[in-house]
Amino acid sequence: MLEISNLSHVYGSGPGAHHAIEGLNLSVAEGELLCIVGPSGAGKSTLLRSIAGLIQPTGGEVRIEGKLVKQTPDNLAVVFQDYSRSLFPWMSVADNVALPLRRKKMDKQQRRAAAQEALESVGLAEAGKKYPFQLSGGMQQRVAIARALAYRPALMLMDEPFGSVDAQTREDLEDLVLQVRGHHKMTIVLITHDIDESVYVGDRVVVLSKAPAHVVGDLKVELASPRDQITTREHSDFVHLRAEVGRLVRGLERTPA
Amino acid sequence: MTALKRMWLVPLVVAVWELTTRLAQDTDFPPPSAIVLRMHELWFSGPVTRLFLTDDAIANILPSLGRMFMGWTLAALLGVVLGVLIGRSRTAADYVEPLIQFGRVIPPPLLLPLLMVLLHAGLAMQVAAIVFGVVWPVLLNSIDGAKGVDRTYTETATVFGLTRAQQLRDVVIPAAAPKIFAGLRLSLSLALILMVISELFGSADGIGYQLLQAQRGFDTPTVWGAIALLGLLGYLVNALFTVAERRLLVWHHHTRRTL
Repeated sequence: MLEISNLSHVYGSGPGAHHAIEGLNLSVAEGELLCIVGPSGAGKSTLLRSIAGLIQPTGGEVRIEGKLVKQTPDNLAVVFQDYSRSLFPWMSVADNVALPLRRKKMDKQQRRAAAQEALESVGLAEAGKKYPFQLSGGMQQRVAIARALAYRPALMLMDEPFGSVDAQTREDLEDLVLQVRGHHKMTIVLITHDIDESVYVGDRVVVLSKAPAHVVGDLKVELASPRDQITTREHSDFVHLRAEVGRLVRGLERTPA
Repeated sequence: MTALKRMWLVPLVVAVWELTTRLAQDTDFPPPSAIVLRMHELWFSGPVTRLFLTDDAIANILPSLGRMFMGWTLAALLGVVLGVLIGRSRTAADYVEPLIQFGRVIPPPLLLPLLMVLLHAGLAMQVAAIVFGVVWPVLLNSIDGAKGVDRTYTETATVFGLTRAQQLRDVVIPAAAPKIFAGLRLSLSLALILMVISELFGSADGIGYQLLQAQRGFDTPTVWGAIALLGLLGYLVNALFTVAERRLLVWHHHTRRTL
């Protein structure tokens, strides 16, 4: 559903140019939940921006459902890390969730109902009339997820979505992602720098090198579902996988199996 | 409560003023009690049904306020719309900014003689003078606000497919609103000044006109009364604006506190 071939992106030119991505190839199947991990400054955000059509990569191409991405595709939603700047603080929670639906052929009542349904699915049925500043960080990120869900995208991109919340909230949000993908048919690409998170949430983990980024590891995660924060994380397969991903991120050799 | 406690200085200043002017016995400096009496008699001794306003008040204060708000509203619309459009386009900003800097430093009262020739004395000339005088703070602040909109806001709007018009209305203008309001507040006090100045030039009514008439008739208490009235109006208008701003920008004050 998502095909990235020979993607490169350079910021600036001349000797000061920054090669963020070079020759990156990746394909994601329909319905897959792919986690992309890499060291900080690895060009993860550049990759996400290229997929979302927010920047025009300097080389290679991105295709979604076979269509070349030139500007933001209309079947794609993004959950940004910085929820405090991604939710609009001047709008109520319900208005934030309903805003993107204006693009769809829905009247006001349908939009309101869809927003309410999405808020219920992230456990915030009562929050619609509130403003983002009245909610905790974790709840604000739930609203951002609800907004993406209400939009019913074929592909949901998540850019370090749980990077700015505390550990307990983070676990709750990870479980929320696993839960909503069970209800909605969509492909999810989640970018993170947290190795444990990538293994816990993903069906598959792709490891990026330092900039200029390319794929250095591609692992299938075969852990039983539903996953559980305690039992999944103590399972020997989980421990083995996270060690393997960890070595790749740190640029070490893979241990012989 | 603390704000009220600090108010003790006001009656003290008035008392000292009253005492000195009574001792000095100078007709150019009437005591504040005489000024207040004249203000009451001139403007605020009308019937209850008209909120105590006299015919004189209705004939002069209302047209003044009308001019001021007409000029300010037009300038606000012009400044916000142009400012946001210019601010969102880097090339436009680069081209237009030197022109704006030039326009801004022209003292607006200097334009009155020219506007008199172009528009003749009257409402159009007065409103034009106010618009020209007060549009700059709104324009510059709107440009600045629209330029500084956080990238995550605009990227979110792009990702969710908002049209350009929707982006401006629902994202850029609200995000720039704190800056825009700072400009609007500055413009409001400028509008009061320009309103009076424009009335000193060829006007048939208004507070400025009344002030000029009183001065020509050696009616010092009325001159002082008009000055006090302008101060009072400025204070009142600013207070109302602050209340409106607080209500409209609740999210901004809260968001800032938690960051």
